[in-house]
Amino acid sequence: MKIAITSTGPNWDSLVDARFGRADYILIVTEGSEELEVIDNRAVRDVAHGAGPQTAQLLHDHAPGALITGNGPGANAADILKRMNVQVYIGAAGMSIRDALKAYQDNKLKKGD
Amino acid sequence: MIWKAAITSVTTKAMRLAIASGKGGTGKTTLAVNLASFLAQENETLLVDLDVEEPNSGIFIQGQPTLDQDVARKVPQWEQSLCTLCGKCPTWCKFNALLRLGDTILVLPELCHSCYACSELCPTSALPMQDMPLGAFRGIKAGKLSFLESRLEIGVEQASPLIDKTLRYVDEHHKAVDYQILDCPPGTSCSMVSATKTAEFAILVTEPTPFGLHDLTLAVETLRILKIPFAVVLNRSGDHDHDVEDYCARESIPLWAKIPDQRRIAHLYSQGKLLYEAVPEVLAALRAIKTKLEALS
Amino acid sequence: MKEIVIISGKGGTGKTSVASAMAYLKKDELVLADCDVDAADLHLIMQPQNHSEDDYYSGIKAVIDTGACTNCGICAQICRFDAIEVKDGSHHVVTLDCEGCGYCFLRCPVNAISIPTQNVGKVYLADTRLGIPMAHARLKIGADNSGKLVARVKRDARKLASEKEKALILVDGSPGIGCPVISSLSGADYVVLVTEPTRSGLSDLTRVWDLARRFDLKTGCIINKADLNPEVRDEIMEFLADKGIKLLAQLPYHDDFTQAIINGKALMELNPEPWNLVFDQIWTNLLKEL
Repeated sequence: MKIAITSTGPNWDSLVDARFGRADYILIVTEGSEELEVIDNRAVRDVAHGAGPQTAQLLHDHAPGALITGNGPGANAADILKRMNVQVYIGAAGMSIRDALKAYQDNKLKKGD
Repeated sequence: MIWKAAITSVTTKAMRLAIASGKGGTGKTTLAVNLASFLAQENETLLVDLDVEEPNSGIFIQGQPTLDQDVARKVPQWEQSLCTLCGKCPTWCKFNALLRLGDTILVLPELCHSCYACSELCPTSALPMQDMPLGAFRGIKAGKLSFLESRLEIGVEQASPLIDKTLRYVDEHHKAVDYQILDCPPGTSCSMVSATKTAEFAILVTEPTPFGLHDLTLAVETLRILKIPFAVVLNRSGDHDHDVEDYCARESIPLWAKIPDQRRIAHLYSQGKLLYEAVPEVLAALRAIKTKLEALS
Repeated sequence: MKEIVIISGKGGTGKTSVASAMAYLKKDELVLADCDVDAADLHLIMQPQNHSEDDYYSGIKAVIDTGACTNCGICAQICRFDAIEVKDGSHHVVTLDCEGCGYCFLRCPVNAISIPTQNVGKVYLADTRLGIPMAHARLKIGADNSGKLVARVKRDARKLASEKEKALILVDGSPGIGCPVISSLSGADYVVLVTEPTRSGLSDLTRVWDLARRFDLKTGCIINKADLNPEVRDEIMEFLADKGIKLLAQLPYHDDFTQAIINGKALMELNPEPWNLVFDQIWTNLLKEL
């Protein structure tokens, strides 16, 4: 299964971005692999309103089953992620990507509603 | 636009007065409700609460309910059966209100500005415009005072479309009053502009603090751009009025009245009560304002 | 780095007084982000000296090239905002009424309409009177705050905090309940709700809480002018208890608030006591939760 993680940087040691819609990067990891797909989301800085849905749209073609993030998406983005059958996990802000993935695998992250 | 204001005053006898302020919390609503209620002792008066995101002047008005009406706006709805998935509509929308997710087109109503572009440009008419809740009007009548509250539906982001609709409703249904008092949203952004731009005259409520003065200068700038004549009322007046007074003198802005800073006033306000019966200084201020308004027309 | 956001729903609750008092006590440890862009009052107390500024662009407005225009009138017909008028026989966009939807641009048969991005304000980095680095912005008249601008100011504040090795970012949040507030809250570690015991204060508190809880954020509340109306204050406290919001403090209706503002100072600069004690307690209560 693919897992999306909001990130402040493009690698495994980067810290999880607490935000979803305006996260700088979204990293896609495939369970069981060391490969990291990097989506540079910084163009979202030019979006005045509706950043969350724009970022959610970026995820669509990658079809992740889960999203790991900090505070959680706003209402608009949350609805879209639900439609895409992406389960949201929150509380990973400040962890490194590697640690966040481990916390998810150890069932230590909270599910976003 | 000036021509819109002129048309209003030609077809009605009502004087449209906007009560505005550069910042929130200066006492704009306090003045609007008390002034409207005071004027209604002798004149047919309409008070309109245009602070549609947080309309709270209704707390001060008791009377007969006369109106309870939902207000709708138009938002596109995706007709899957007509759509060819050409994928053009999200590229037309400047507000990111349309998303393509695989073979679905998603409309995000909160972001839509009802411009109709996608609906009218779609080659197969797969985005017909439908009604969506925008807000609600609530009306109360008490003697010569009519009150119209306009409240924005939760989740709707922009206030201006509802403010525009409210003023059109007022144009149609409340022509035959002497005064239309508009309690405007605070600040100087587009909702305040929508609320004030059709007024003939504006009263800016400020307080004698550096904040109040700073924000007053922004509101003054806005009204000058809109070409709406105005005067200032100083709320919470006390020992430090001189900065505001000096500013008004320098800018040739009439200062029509002062309302003192009294805990009693704040307390009555917190209970949702009107002021002028209990507080003589407020009564005097309202009388002064009424005299000035009569001199205008 | 921890981000603390102060919001209040409505104006006049004393958010700026609270924010400046909190900032004063931790002045060597924090960076300020003033996201209350429409009425940037915090800077009247902080007196920012800008050392860097940047133009801020957002949204578009339509412009008709009268030379290329054939006066076919399609733009005026299709504009839903009555923003196109005919003056002296030619078509013009009334900029103030233009919504920036770009529909006329898409329909013009001779490409006589352009839709340039608008310079709607400036973002600034500043040093302040108390030595606290501050990020803030100023918008032109009629321009709207947005999630984008708030995000930019917060991002600038974060950069300042990182450069100057400050552990805390204090955000003076946007009023209301729309995109700017959401952007103010997104990425926060703690939210401080400032309210007052009035009917309108309570109603705004409820609406703002609705927004804040989406983000699963630790939340605390300061009731300002608490002794103004004990009945409504008690209702607020019930609400807080019911929702699990920590009561950080009840502040009395006090002339110091007005006096401090008039003098462009934080509360404790006017009167060290009780304000040092009061806000020290607020910080202690807050930091315990982080």
